[in-house]
Amino acid sequence: MNQTPIIETQNLTKVYGDQVAVDALSFSIQEGEIFGFLGPNGSGKTTTLLMLLGLTEPSEGWAKVAAFDPTREAIKVKRIVGYMPENVGFYEDMNAVENLRFIARLNHIPDAVSSKKIEEALERVGLTEEAGKKVGAYSRGMRQRLGIAEILIKEPKIAFLDEPTLGLDPDGTTRIITYIQSLSRDSNITVLLSSHDLKQVQKIADRIGIMINGQMIAIGPIETLAKEKFGVDEKETSLDDIYMKYFQEVSV
Amino acid sequence: MTGIGAIVRKELADQFSSYRFSILFALIAMVSLITTYMVGTDLRQELSGVAKPEFVFLMLFTSTGPLFSLVQFVAFFGPLIGLVLGFDSINRERTSGTLSKLASQPIYRDAIINGKFLAGVIVISIMLTSILFVVSGLGLKVIGVVPGVEELSRLFIYLVISVFYISFWLGISILFSILFRGIATSALATLAIWIFFSFFVSMGASVVANAVVPGGRAEDPELLMKKMRIERGISLISPMQLYNDSTSIIIDPMRKTTKSMVLMGPIERLSSARFQRPLALSQSIYVVIPHMISLIAISVIFFGISYAVFMRQEIRSL
Repeated sequence: MNQTPIIETQNLTKVYGDQVAVDALSFSIQEGEIFGFLGPNGSGKTTTLLMLLGLTEPSEGWAKVAAFDPTREAIKVKRIVGYMPENVGFYEDMNAVENLRFIARLNHIPDAVSSKKIEEALERVGLTEEAGKKVGAYSRGMRQRLGIAEILIKEPKIAFLDEPTLGLDPDGTTRIITYIQSLSRDSNITVLLSSHDLKQVQKIADRIGIMINGQMIAIGPIETLAKEKFGVDEKETSLDDIYMKYFQEVSV
Repeated sequence: MTGIGAIVRKELADQFSSYRFSILFALIAMVSLITTYMVGTDLRQELSGVAKPEFVFLMLFTSTGPLFSLVQFVAFFGPLIGLVLGFDSINRERTSGTLSKLASQPIYRDAIINGKFLAGVIVISIMLTSILFVVSGLGLKVIGVVPGVEELSRLFIYLVISVFYISFWLGISILFSILFRGIATSALATLAIWIFFSFFVSMGASVVANAVVPGGRAEDPELLMKKMRIERGISLISPMQLYNDSTSIIIDPMRKTTKSMVLMGPIERLSSARFQRPLALSQSIYVVIPHMISLIAISVIFFGISYAVFMRQEIRSL
C-alpha cells in the first residue's frame, strides 16, 4: 500500500453558529482502501465529506485530497472525486442515458467517448434494459444503481458514497455493496463509504472510522478495534457489537 | 467557461421540450397575430385614399387598434415570459436533489446560474425574434408597405431592448428561485414583484408627488412641472417605466420626449405627423441611452445579488 495518504485532514473543524458539526478531525485514508465511515445521524459525516469535496469551507484546519486543497483547488478535487450524495437526485424527465450524458459533458468527456462508457456503466450496474426509461419511473434501488453508474462514467480516483444503501431492500443493498467492492477492486478507486448498514460495511471495509458528535472516536481495521474493545482476538465479533460499545461509552 | 456549455445545452433542451414553453409560445404567437391582423386592417382602411405617412410600417406595432398595440402587449406580457422561464430554475434542482450533485462536478458554481440565465436569454431571443418576423410578414401582407432600412433598424433596436428587458425579469425570477426553497413560494414572489412594478410604483409615484408638492390642483405651471418631475423620478426606478419609455421612443420616430402630457389617438397622431419632422434614428437612440443604462444597471444589480447569495449558500442545505 502507498505510504502517502490520498486523503488527509488535520484539525478539520466546521462550526455552524454555536454548534460544532465537525470537531478537530485528523485522519488519513490510504490509496485503494475502502473506508467505512460510521456514526449516528447528525454526527458530522456528511459535513466532513462536503469539506473534503470543497463544497463547504472548513472553519478551521485543513484537508488534502490527492495533494490538492479542496478549498482553494475545488475544481481539481472535483475532477478526481465522484460524489454520490444521500438521496441522489436525477433529472426525472430524462432517461438514464441522457442523465449520464449530462454528467459526462460536465466532466468534459466528448460524446463519442462517453457513449461507450455509458453503455458499459449501465451494463455493469444492470440497467441496460431500463436505459431508455425516464428516471422518474425508476425504483429506489435502480436510482442508487444509476448513481453508481454516474461514478463509473467519471472514472474518479476517489469515490465518496453517502448512505448509498439507505432505504434499500436486502437484495438491493447486496447489489450496491457488490458494486462498491468492484469499484475498489476492479477500478482501483479509493472508496469512502458512509453507512448505517454495519453488516454490509463489515463485509467490504478495510478500515472503519466511528464518528460521534463531530469527533472520530475510533479508527482502524475492524479486528484491531475488536481487540481493543473486547480484548480478544475474535474474528466473529460483529461490527454491530463494536459500534454499540463505542457508542455507549460516549453516551455515558 | 468550465461547464457552462453543457448546462446551457441541457437547459435549452429542457426548455424547448417543456409544455411551459409551448404554451407560452402559442399564447404569444396567437395574441400577436390577432393583434397585428386587426391593427393592419384598421390601418389599411384609415390610410386608403390618403398619402402614406412616413414610418407606416412601424405603426403596425404601435397603433392600438381595437384592443392594444403589439408593443403594449409585449411590455405587459414580456415580464411574465421571463418570470415563467426562471422561477423554478434553482429550487427545482434543489428539491429533486440534483443541485448538490451538480455542484460536485468539476464546474465553477457560478456556471450553474450563468448557464441557466444564458439559456433563458437564448430562449427569449428566439421567441421574440420569431414572433417579430411572423408579425412583420403578416403586416407586409396586410398593409402592403415594405419597411425601409430605418424602420428595420428601429425594429432591431426594439428587439434588443426587449430581450434585455425580459432578461431582467428572468434574472429576478432566478434570484427568487435561489432565495426561496418552495417552488410555489418563488412563483408567488415573482408575481408579486411583477404586480408591484406594474401598478404600484406608478401609483406610489403620484402619491409621493402629491405629498411633496401640496395643493391638489396645481394651476401654477411651475408647481405642476415640479410634481411631474418628482413623479417621473420615482417611476424611473421601475424597469417597466424605463422599458416603456425607451421602446416608445425607438419605435415611434415622431415622439421626441419620453412622456407627453396629452394622449393622442391614431387619427391625431396621423394628422400631426404631417406637420412634424421625425426624429433621426441617432437622436432617438440618444434619448433612450440613459434609460437603457439604468435598465442594464438594475439588471446587473439583481444578477449580482443572485450571484452573491448563491455563492455563499451552504451546499449542505442544498
